[in-house]
Amino acid sequence: MSTTTLIRDVNFERDLSIRKIKGKIFEILAFFAVLLGIAMLLTLLIDVFFDGLPWLSTRLFTEFPSRFPEKAGLRSALQGSIWLMVLTAAMAVPIGIGAGVYLEEFAPQNRITRFIEINVANLAGVPSIIYGLLGLGLFVRQLGLGRTLIAGAMTMALLVLPIIIVTTREAIRAVPRSIRQAALALGATDWEVSRDHVLIYSAPAIMTGVILAMSRAIGETAPLITIGALTYIAFDPKGPFDIFTVLPIQIFNWVSLPQSSFHGLAAAGIIILLLVLLSMNALAIWLRNRLIIRW
Amino acid sequence: MPRDTLIRQINQIQDEILILGSMVEQATLSAVQALKNRDTHLAHEIFEQDQVINEKRFAIENAIITLMATQQPMARDLRGMTAMLEVNTELERMGDYAKGIAKVVTRIGEGEVVIPIQEIEKMAEIAVSMLHRALGAFISENSSQALAIPKEDDQVDELFNQAYRKIIEAMIANPNLIDHTNLMLWVIHNLERLADRVTNICERTVFSATGELFEIDGMDEDDANV
Amino acid sequence: MDNNHYILETQNLNIYYGNFLAVKDVNFKVHRHQITAIIGPSGCGKSTLLRAFNRMNELVPSARSEGKILFNGEDIYDPSIDPVEVRRRIGMVFQKPNPFPKSIYENIAWGLKINGFRGSKSELDDLVEQALRGAALWDEVKDKLDQSGLSLSGGQQQRLCIARAIAIKPEVILMDEPASALDPIATLKIEDLMRELKENYTIVIVTHNMQEAARVSDYTAMMMLTGNEERSGTVIEFDRTDLIFTRPKDKRTEDYITGRFG
Repeated sequence: MSTTTLIRDVNFERDLSIRKIKGKIFEILAFFAVLLGIAMLLTLLIDVFFDGLPWLSTRLFTEFPSRFPEKAGLRSALQGSIWLMVLTAAMAVPIGIGAGVYLEEFAPQNRITRFIEINVANLAGVPSIIYGLLGLGLFVRQLGLGRTLIAGAMTMALLVLPIIIVTTREAIRAVPRSIRQAALALGATDWEVSRDHVLIYSAPAIMTGVILAMSRAIGETAPLITIGALTYIAFDPKGPFDIFTVLPIQIFNWVSLPQSSFHGLAAAGIIILLLVLLSMNALAIWLRNRLIIRW
Repeated sequence: MPRDTLIRQINQIQDEILILGSMVEQATLSAVQALKNRDTHLAHEIFEQDQVINEKRFAIENAIITLMATQQPMARDLRGMTAMLEVNTELERMGDYAKGIAKVVTRIGEGEVVIPIQEIEKMAEIAVSMLHRALGAFISENSSQALAIPKEDDQVDELFNQAYRKIIEAMIANPNLIDHTNLMLWVIHNLERLADRVTNICERTVFSATGELFEIDGMDEDDANV
Repeated sequence: MDNNHYILETQNLNIYYGNFLAVKDVNFKVHRHQITAIIGPSGCGKSTLLRAFNRMNELVPSARSEGKILFNGEDIYDPSIDPVEVRRRIGMVFQKPNPFPKSIYENIAWGLKINGFRGSKSELDDLVEQALRGAALWDEVKDKLDQSGLSLSGGQQQRLCIARAIAIKPEVILMDEPASALDPIATLKIEDLMRELKENYTIVIVTHNMQEAARVSDYTAMMMLTGNEERSGTVIEFDRTDLIFTRPKDKRTEDYITGRFG
């Protein structure tokens, strides 16, 4: 074959350099993409910190919103957010995990379950405002719950449910077949295998999924605005049937006010929101690492 | 082809066994020749040759053991190799018989002695022929041939009896030559034993080919079932 | 019913995956308290056959079987028999050691608990110890029972899986290539263990390692693909191991064990 002499030609050497250069170019472009992303993020963060740091104080936690920026605080919004999270979790987590477990472990493999599976995944991608509209029509008006925490929580529960279901299923799928087989070979029933092996093995991943779902919920604004949480609340919510507001909405509120001091307050609020989100994510990661490495 | 290495190496060892066999045949015929011609010089050559036979025997044994360790033979291959080990040993013993005859030659030296040389030559001829064919049957795994050969042992036994009587008569007739004449008993004994060992080789051949291990009795044809 | 010698017996066993006949017309008997090996080239259905004995094939939705498998004279495929009950009495050890991600103690105790162990903690401790001793693992782990099962070496993990299986006192232990994922020394330990276990259990082992089958088993079943398109596996010869490996009857068996196959 005459190609063997060709290969030892200059052509070969040149090819190699060109290939290396192409790789290098890609590497550089990718690096700049990252740089750009980080730069934008940093700009945002630095901006927020500059504006918000002076306004950070315990007042944010103890005071209600007011016309006077010096007296304004996030008390009601924070409480609203916490109430909302708790209620949402109380509804979404059991239903979500239960549905995920059922679909993955017990449901027969047929067209109906495949249909459900596809649609649950789709639901996770539906814009949150749609959920808001659903909540408004169904919970607030139809069921007559009004613009209360419970209505808000039910709406948010619907929002995060698909996420929890999908992550639960993924977590369960990640359980190695070998564990199941070993358990079944000992004369265990399907339920015993699920309870003592599958769920335990997948618990860390499920928990992580739940935390991530909740951290998404904390930051959602559109659906809550839709069901009417955009109000001036200057009192502690007394129960699930009380009206409320949440942190992102309060921030949004302040941002829309003309006075620049309120912008500073808003920035401070953003810092707090970011800290909460960061800690939830950190908690998720820590939990997953902790529980998985153990075994 | 799977197991090329094993097959090639088995063939090599078989070749070596054939070579060893022909060395033994040669030694036997030479020893009888030396006895006939009272050739002590030839007898000494046979002693040296026996060294070579012994070394070859060990070399073959080593090769077989190594092959078993490295190739883990099973079934037919395993039977074949264990049979080769046995045949190897039998050949070396037969070589010792030839050497024994050569020793007798040196012991009697120039002295006067009665030798039933006709019977002895005939015994050697038949035994060597049996050996030659038995080894052929062994290598080619021909168990029907192997079953037929031991029958010829009868002839050897018959010649042994004739020679034995002659030797005894000679000893009675010439008591002063008893020392040397009695050594003739050893000679015919060795040749008779040599033929017996050929029967062992035939038994191994049948085992290697069929997995059946039994004694082939030359006298009784009923034992021969294949 | 003459079932004193034979604890397991297959009768005209055919195993299908959908329309594909994986294992065809198998008839043989497993002797009580003996080690029976199933050997053959890969893909000939050895594992499928093994898994039929404890109905683990059924985990594959398209699997079905025809014919009978008699366990102490009763057909385990009879509709009235619950596979869960079968698996309690016919245990299995898998190719890749798969201890639970739990403590060594829990690995063994779990099987006992779900199978109805009702007793004191100290009784449970005894049973766990017994199982670990039975698997020749007790001395190596007695001081670290609460460590994870996964912290052990490969060979130890496999012995843990064996301990887990024998803890619930099955009558038969099925082993699917138990030593193929282990180093030679661990393999030999497992083989020694099998010889000890034979006293109290019956063992059926699938292996692609012929020397292992030759070393450790009392009976050997030779499986091979047959049929029109050579796609269904069947047992072509079944006999005492010493006979199979010194003078097999079927030429295909001899070709396989002398390595002339393929």
